[in-house]
Amino acid sequence: MSAAPRRNLAGALILGIPILWILVFMLLPYGIIVTYSFWIKKYPSFMPAFQLGNYVTLFTDPQYLQVMARTLKISTLVSLCSFALAYPFAYYLVFRCRSQALRTWLYMAVIAPLWVSYLLRAYVWKTILGTEGILNSFLISTGIIAEPSPVFLYNQFAMVVTLTYIFIPFMVMPIYTALEKIPRNLSEASADLGMGPWRTFLHVTLPLSMPGVAAGFTLTFCLSFGDFVAPFLVGGPDGNLVANVIATQFGAALNWPLGSALAIVMLIIVLSIVSLSDRLESRGNGGEF
Amino acid sequence: MAAIIELENLSKHYSSTIIGVDDVSLSVEDGEFVTLLGPSGCGKSTLLRMIGGFEAPTHGRIRLAERDVTWDPPYKRAVNMVFQDYALFPHMTVGENIAYGLKMMGMGRAEQRTAALEALTLVGLADRFDQRPNQLSGGQRQRVALARAIVRRPKVLLLDEPLSALDARLREQMQIELKHLHDKVGITFIMVTHDQTEALVMSDRVVVMEQGRIAQEGKPQDLYDHPVSPYVANFIGTTNFVPATVADATEAAATIETAAGSLQVLLDRPVAKGAEMTLGFRPEKTRALAEGEAAENALSGHVAEVIYYGLGVRVSVEIADGTRLYVDSLLADALARSTVPQVGTKMRVAVEPHNIFLFDGRVAP
Repeated sequence: MSAAPRRNLAGALILGIPILWILVFMLLPYGIIVTYSFWIKKYPSFMPAFQLGNYVTLFTDPQYLQVMARTLKISTLVSLCSFALAYPFAYYLVFRCRSQALRTWLYMAVIAPLWVSYLLRAYVWKTILGTEGILNSFLISTGIIAEPSPVFLYNQFAMVVTLTYIFIPFMVMPIYTALEKIPRNLSEASADLGMGPWRTFLHVTLPLSMPGVAAGFTLTFCLSFGDFVAPFLVGGPDGNLVANVIATQFGAALNWPLGSALAIVMLIIVLSIVSLSDRLESRGNGGEF
Repeated sequence: MAAIIELENLSKHYSSTIIGVDDVSLSVEDGEFVTLLGPSGCGKSTLLRMIGGFEAPTHGRIRLAERDVTWDPPYKRAVNMVFQDYALFPHMTVGENIAYGLKMMGMGRAEQRTAALEALTLVGLADRFDQRPNQLSGGQRQRVALARAIVRRPKVLLLDEPLSALDARLREQMQIELKHLHDKVGITFIMVTHDQTEALVMSDRVVVMEQGRIAQEGKPQDLYDHPVSPYVANFIGTTNFVPATVADATEAAATIETAAGSLQVLLDRPVAKGAEMTLGFRPEKTRALAEGEAAENALSGHVAEVIYYGLGVRVSVEIADGTRLYVDSLLADALARSTVPQVGTKMRVAVEPHNIFLFDGRVAP
């Protein structure tokens, strides 16, 4: 065999394996879900068909609309809370923290929980927010309240707190990276040109960190949008999110077609957010510094 | 002319052992072009950054137009800086970059635009107004950075190694352009560089720095012709150093013994008989003597190496104690090229007394 065909074969193998992987484990399942979403539920099984009934149900039955609205609300709140906490933190690490060791430690402190089981991290909040939890014991011992309050757990507040805690590293990392990429002399140049620290932040630092902010929002939003553990653990009776409903449709309700349709709607929402943020990121700055 | 910048015993001590700038006093006149020259780590950039307000001094004061600005932040000082790598805002157009500094000066939008365009025209880039910095070449970015700084009409313009990122040809061109710009806008320029040619070509006054202190300041010619120390002599231009001993001295002149013969030198200070000295002279202020030619002041040795550089030759002459001296001669015409000395032959070199610097002690810079 001559060298060229052999190289072609090697190339085909190197590309072929991942392509096959994507085909079998991503595109094929998606195809199956899309197909299911057009089928009809017929107890105890499903009937192949091509109709939009499942989608119509999703957009007319207030029950589903409510769950989708709630999921959007929770994900938006989680993204906003993460941003509000992560930006000042990343800003401090990059621009204010003088000690390299302290910076590394603080950064690791944010990243390290990612190595702990997701379930465990969600569960921890149950013990913090519960009636016999740390928060209640603290409030009682300081005399702020007289008896344990149940208001902290099993509601949307608990979900936002838990999800923010779980996904905040995905907000900190891209913002930290974006801020770190900004050359220091740009803020010096801004000061040199008459702008005080606050205006320099608004005109230089914030705009230049927008790609990181957009990436952080996308990650935290999409991750909380698809979450179903936190609602399950700390969400309580009115805490169901889209992912929980999908799980129910595939499980107890035995309505795969409706579950599939819901999964597709969710996928479309997430994909449009990703592509929107992609466009924002590439338009954001004028390329390299 | 009045002093626009006065530095009074200015120091920047990072710790008791790490000293950036050490007790520098300097006065810069309005409209002057002053260059801070020195190798990296000599404190020149720190000094510039203190004038700009980016670093706080540990001792001393800075006065700008007779006002104490030592503790003013950069945005309250009427000085502007051209940063080494330009520091243009990548998310703004060229026009927005230049107008940025006008936002806080109480100008309307239209006025800002006009002023920005005017500044951009001054540096010859009016047609780039709406482009982004990353669409420009290095030289063009440099000009935008200049325009952005001068559009604010600062009292003093600070330039931190402004030409170091440009290639050699462009650098030479920009040296002249910067000088012309200085004449045109009439603003005081303070530039930092490690390039002696740049300093000599562009400045009215050069301040040579050594380990945080001023080694010598003066007009370029004065520094070149009368360096006060071997450090300065070596940093500006090339200098031959020869160990020497005073054989005889009067008030105005002395006879000095070296391993390559005795020389007459002129004195600007008294020296003691028998004192150990080092003398220095420039390779181009020497003359290779023809065989048998008589000269008052000559050193002799052997030709160790001949370096040809087009415009002339630099001959390395080794004298009896092993010291090597450079002797430059211009090859003015084709005939001169045939008289280039051969390696190994004997050679005598004449040096005029007024071209010899005399330094105390045996110093090897």
